Amino acid sequence: MLSVLRTIWNVFLHMFQPRVTVQYPDERAYLAPRYRGRIILSRDPDGGERCVACYLCAVACPVDCIALQATEDKSGRRYPEFFRINFSRCIFCGLCEEACPTYAIQLTPDVEMGEYDRRKLVYEKEDLLIDGVGKYPGYNFWRVAGVEIGGKGKGQSEREERPTDIHSLMPRDPMPG
Amino acid sequence: MTSPYPLLAIVGILAGAMTLAASLVWLERRLLALWQDRYGPNRVGPFGLLQVVADAVKLLMKEDWIPPFADRAVFVLAPAIVMVTVLMSFAVLPIAPGFVVSDLNVAVLFFLGMSSLGVYSVVLAGWSSNNKYSLLGGLRASAQMISYEVFMGLSLMGTVLLAGSFRLSDIVEAQRRVWFVVPQFLGFVLFLIAGLAETRRLPFDLPEAESELVAGYHSEYSGLKFGMFFVGEYLGVVLISALVAILFFGGWLGPVLPPIIWLLLKTFVFICFFILLRASLPRPRFDQLMAWGWKLMLPVALANLLVTGAIVLASTG
Repeated sequence: MLSVLRTIWNVFLHMFQPRVTVQYPDERAYLAPRYRGRIILSRDPDGGERCVACYLCAVACPVDCIALQATEDKSGRRYPEFFRINFSRCIFCGLCEEACPTYAIQLTPDVEMGEYDRRKLVYEKEDLLIDGVGKYPGYNFWRVAGVEIGGKGKGQSEREERPTDIHSLMPRDPMPG
Repeated sequence: MTSPYPLLAIVGILAGAMTLAASLVWLERRLLALWQDRYGPNRVGPFGLLQVVADAVKLLMKEDWIPPFADRAVFVLAPAIVMVTVLMSFAVLPIAPGFVVSDLNVAVLFFLGMSSLGVYSVVLAGWSSNNKYSLLGGLRASAQMISYEVFMGLSLMGTVLLAGSFRLSDIVEAQRRVWFVVPQFLGFVLFLIAGLAETRRLPFDLPEAESELVAGYHSEYSGLKFGMFFVGEYLGVVLISALVAILFFGGWLGPVLPPIIWLLLKTFVFICFFILLRASLPRPRFDQLMAWGWKLMLPVALANLLVTGAIVLASTG
């Protein structure tokens, strides 16, 4: 009985507590930089596309909302011919971002992507690509990958040793150059 | 003394009660929000006041669906009963000296009778819906009303004894020296609890019990018929609050301000208290409700009546 009265009194005292509601369109809640919102495709520091069209994001996606087609440019650099995310399916789980080997696909703290027309939720590559590096400044996949592409031969990547000459009988030159 | 302009009183009280009941929807949502650290409806119009209009328009536009398996005539009749019986009780409420539709000399009995009749609305709605949840709601309502009506009447008899009249305006006048809440505190508490149960408000909303019975007796109702149950419930809240103010808190009596303002103020306080109870108390189990009514409230009400009667007899004797 006393607990009932105490409950009523405690609820009454809540009148003087600050309200927790964030009045959304007028005020906005803080979204952390690592918030999982709208998905973007980022670029290298020197402006090239980071995505190498490895399909890992499409494989990881539990709702199959990512579709892409790999192709190669003249220098041998892989990139997606098209890259399409159907945001009406996307559940913003972030698995694509975890799967991505090149930091290309990233989730951003933006949630305001409501549409009246469902088809407008299908984002193409030009909608997804941004002009920046996103959360990983300074990272350039092609700079560190040991892949031969136009203008960069074997052994010319950062922290990459020169390839072993398999026709030579000599041991590896401990001090190359 | 009945109002010199009965028609004016009728229209005034009807319009006042209906407006009050409608705006209660807004008030309740705002107050509940306040006590739960939220804002409540604050978008439509100033302070969200036009939310009431929006809700009314929504209810009017809804499909008025009568299920094919329902007992049609009774199904349509039930929501009207709740409105009629509650509004009838407003007829005997003295708003100010001389401002009352009908100053019956048995006003208290009339109110008790009307609130008993109101149960038919719920029971018939539950029965005619032909739906097991509705029927369960109706059954609960009838059991609850019977149990709580008994000591509701008994709790009022103390005030009637003290005032020596069943007429509400006499009861108000008898409180010139001291409000009846002081000598009849037990009666006040009992009447408050019984009134809460009468209006089927939380924590006594077992006939509705969303978490157990879908929406209880009005599960099958939609549109304006549902709206009538809704407004009927809020009218009941206004009625019980006004009665508490009249019977135990001196009705229109008070200094400086005009009598009608005093009554409205007191009523408002109790309406807010009803909403506070809704915000804070959980719903009891049904057998707990019954046990409370019969094993605790009824004996207390009887004892209260006995002691009051003895004291009145001794002091006049």
